[in-house]
Amino acid sequence: MLPLPLRRPALYVACLVTILTLAGCASASKKKPATTDRAPAVHLSGDRAAVVHFLSRVTFGAREIDVQAVQREGVAAFLDRQMHPERFDDAALDARLAAFETLNLGSRQIAEQYFLPAQEARRKLQLAQAAQPAQAAPGRPAPDRQPQMMPAADPLFRKERLVLQELSNQKVLRAVYSERQLQEVLVDFWFNHFNVFAGKGVDRILLTAYERDTIRPRVFGKFRDLLGATAESPAMLFFLDNWLSVDPNGPHVAAAVGPLRLRPRPAARPRPAAVRAPAAAQGRPARGLNENYARELMELHTLGADGGYTQKDVVEVARCFTGWTIAQPRDGGEFRFDGRWHDPGSKVVLGHVIKPGGGKDDGDRVLDILARDPHTARFIAAKLVRRFVSDDPPPALVDRVAERFRETDGDLREVYRAIFLSPEFWAVETHGSKLKTPFEFVISTLRSTRAQLEDATAAVQAVRTLGMPLYLCQPPTGYPDRADAWATAGALLGRMNFALALVDNRLPGVRVDLPVLAGSAGGDAIGRQAGDMVAARAQLLHVFFNDSASVTTLAVMNKASSIPLLVALALGAPEFQKK
Amino acid sequence: MISRRAFVKNGALALVSLGFAPSFLARTVSAAASRGKVLIAIFQRGAVDGLNMVVPFAEQAYYDARPTIAIARPGRANESGVDLDGFFALHPRLAPLAPIYDAHHLALVHAVGSPDNTRSHFDAQDYMETATPGVKSTTDGWLNRYLQARRRQDATPFRAVALSPQLPRILLGQSPVLALSQIAQFGVRPGRTGAGVAQAFETEYAAAADQVLNATGREAFEAIRMLRAANPQQYQPTAPAEYPRSPFGEALKQIAQLVKADVGLEVAFADVGGWDTHVNQGADTGQLAARLDDLARGLGALFVDLGDRIDDVVVVTMSEFGRTINENGNRGTDHGHANAMIVMGGPVRGGKVYGRWPGLAPEQRYEGRDLAVTTDFRDVFCEVVVRHLGVANPSPIFPGYPVDERRFLGFLA
Repeated sequence: MLPLPLRRPALYVACLVTILTLAGCASASKKKPATTDRAPAVHLSGDRAAVVHFLSRVTFGAREIDVQAVQREGVAAFLDRQMHPERFDDAALDARLAAFETLNLGSRQIAEQYFLPAQEARRKLQLAQAAQPAQAAPGRPAPDRQPQMMPAADPLFRKERLVLQELSNQKVLRAVYSERQLQEVLVDFWFNHFNVFAGKGVDRILLTAYERDTIRPRVFGKFRDLLGATAESPAMLFFLDNWLSVDPNGPHVAAAVGPLRLRPRPAARPRPAAVRAPAAAQGRPARGLNENYARELMELHTLGADGGYTQKDVVEVARCFTGWTIAQPRDGGEFRFDGRWHDPGSKVVLGHVIKPGGGKDDGDRVLDILARDPHTARFIAAKLVRRFVSDDPPPALVDRVAERFRETDGDLREVYRAIFLSPEFWAVETHGSKLKTPFEFVISTLRSTRAQLEDATAAVQAVRTLGMPLYLCQPPTGYPDRADAWATAGALLGRMNFALALVDNRLPGVRVDLPVLAGSAGGDAIGRQAGDMVAARAQLLHVFFNDSASVTTLAVMNKASSIPLLVALALGAPEFQKK
Repeated sequence: MISRRAFVKNGALALVSLGFAPSFLARTVSAAASRGKVLIAIFQRGAVDGLNMVVPFAEQAYYDARPTIAIARPGRANESGVDLDGFFALHPRLAPLAPIYDAHHLALVHAVGSPDNTRSHFDAQDYMETATPGVKSTTDGWLNRYLQARRRQDATPFRAVALSPQLPRILLGQSPVLALSQIAQFGVRPGRTGAGVAQAFETEYAAAADQVLNATGREAFEAIRMLRAANPQQYQPTAPAEYPRSPFGEALKQIAQLVKADVGLEVAFADVGGWDTHVNQGADTGQLAARLDDLARGLGALFVDLGDRIDDVVVVTMSEFGRTINENGNRGTDHGHANAMIVMGGPVRGGKVYGRWPGLAPEQRYEGRDLAVTTDFRDVFCEVVVRHLGVANPSPIFPGYPVDERRFLGFLA
């Protein structure tokens, strides 16, 4: 089979060039691809489908206003603006986030104000219960299913839950309402790449800062900076146990890390997750080298599983990172390098000799080596192409994107540009070829129905029901980015049910105005008049499907007797599950 | 012994072929033909105290280590342990399981656990569910790898079901699995848009050009029809089975319902939590006792409710690690190492506590404090996969584990 660009050269040139040049030519884009010089004058209205495709990948769903913006200024200018989010304000989103209490707090404040009081109260409650053991009468339901749980109504307990609630709700609100759409798409991508699970011990304290301070400011920077920031983040140090990793031959092996008494209750989560620090928790820690971070750093964050490293490299990398730890983790402490725990000897990582006595620099040196390894360029390129182009990344495109990664020393803006301006991205085969993840599905329904969210909780719950609970992806791999992971019978029905609940205005705190959406000013009478329905259908097909619904879907929608039903059949249809 | 299964297969078929089989028998025959083996996996999340679940009452060290939370020796008190074999006793609240043990349909495995020494709930659950102790990046769970290893053309959407709102790690992977908390809720909920909407969606998906969506859509609507035929709202457990009115009891009841409805269930999963008893664990009464009460009454009801279907069923419980041998300063126990598992079902060679007992003396303890692991939990899982589910080559299901039948304990023939 021919590679995509060769199969559809004419089409690609037509799409790309048209969009790059029309109107947008006037924009001050500095990095215009050479192809623009060859631009034939094709009228843009014919390329609406391409614009919608572009927006369905670089945003959380094309809105009409964005379609017009791209048509007006061109793809290059639109991208350029999205890649410099600091240059424009996001006032509408900021206003929506203003009421949140915890989003701007440091980890220490979150620990002190939201977790430690509840933890102390829970401890007292348990000690009080010790005086009068609970009894389960035979034949009755067990009275103390959650022995360590405080009454759900207790304000301390509510406060404790609020941190993850606010974090989850802000993610939905940003995805729906932020004008900095590409930034939010990339925060979603990179958080997932450097995944940390909120259910593991103190990580639930640390994720607010992790996303806000570690990930978000660096998604348009150099890969090495992002990698370094995650390596030093308490969230990652805790999640992959590096904070416990010490030189087993060092002088301070016996120095125990104090027990972590932060105990999550299992109520709102599917499982009672980590309670205490591994090993160290019980007061008799088995201290030594911990390889977890070293292994995942290479396998998941940089080189990839086939990245040419050995178990020996894992051990050597782990030795380099000994002493990279957290100051007072249960209090939301920060990164600390402890030289007493560091292995001072020389190491060899992927053939590079790291001289003795480097201290904290050993770890930084490893990150330099990994960030510049060609395997990393290829691994990151393939993962980004999978996200933005196809479940099966075209090898030729991966090669070119990896090449761009290497020649720019991992300048992520240039890497993204290489993807978004590639013929493979614009090929007609690529349109609508990715299955939306549960998060993308929920967000795109809200965006395309112009839903008003007083409260994002219902959307957060919907994403959870569809199998993708926010910040609660347990394995360090993050969520998969392939269709087969998300197309399950239960989840598909869940999507239909979400659409039905949305159009019925049954989701608490979410309102959709369907008559307005359907392009009618007719108020309540709408839906009973045949003419309105025809107009509504036309409008919805335009908005939801980019005018490309299947004959069957059209026929099914033609039989719809009301506008809510019409919209539900559109949002639940197979075409709408794709992007 | 001629089993009821055998009669159903042979005798009833004969009746059918003669043309005067009563309709209930005809149904039973078709069911028998479609009957497969079923595995029900139960995760006791939070690390149950195996030493109080299956009590080594013959060891004085047990009583020395636990001044306030030990279970009394059988016959010593009102609420003492239920003697199993003169050495081990069941916790008194597990008494509903004793008759099943005596009937040789329930076995216990003691001193079973992970070769990894982590005492983190998160990591230990992860390792038990992926069955790759020490390896964090395994993406799928071992039960899903079983489903992958045994791809079936005739698989129904109910081949693997987790009675939980989300898929547990143990079932994550390429093979389709249903996660549902209430089977009565499974389906399209039209609200005010009208009942015809399910049909309309089905039409859309039947025509979907996308192969994955097309197939998954068909699966979804097929599942709805199968469930409707099974009529979940009308389900009455077989008397005298009485499930506890708890989430765990509800989950088991629905699993029994799916088994009996012949919807093609092969692997079922349920969680039961609340075992992390650091403070005020209790002894014959209290926190742990209440949780064990729920567990035992649930499993007991399941056994009765399944009737002769138990012939095809094996139930296995698991919990990420055991708890410290010594009681702590808060009358509780902390994170330990080896634990106990329950194996129940028709094919189980029960009435026995399996596994080599390592002893509780200080020098016999793991890292000087915990019950030592003498059986790798994968030995138990692998035996179930090979001997119950009939997998010839389990190596892909347990990567990194040297499969060797000599490691099997023999609780399945």
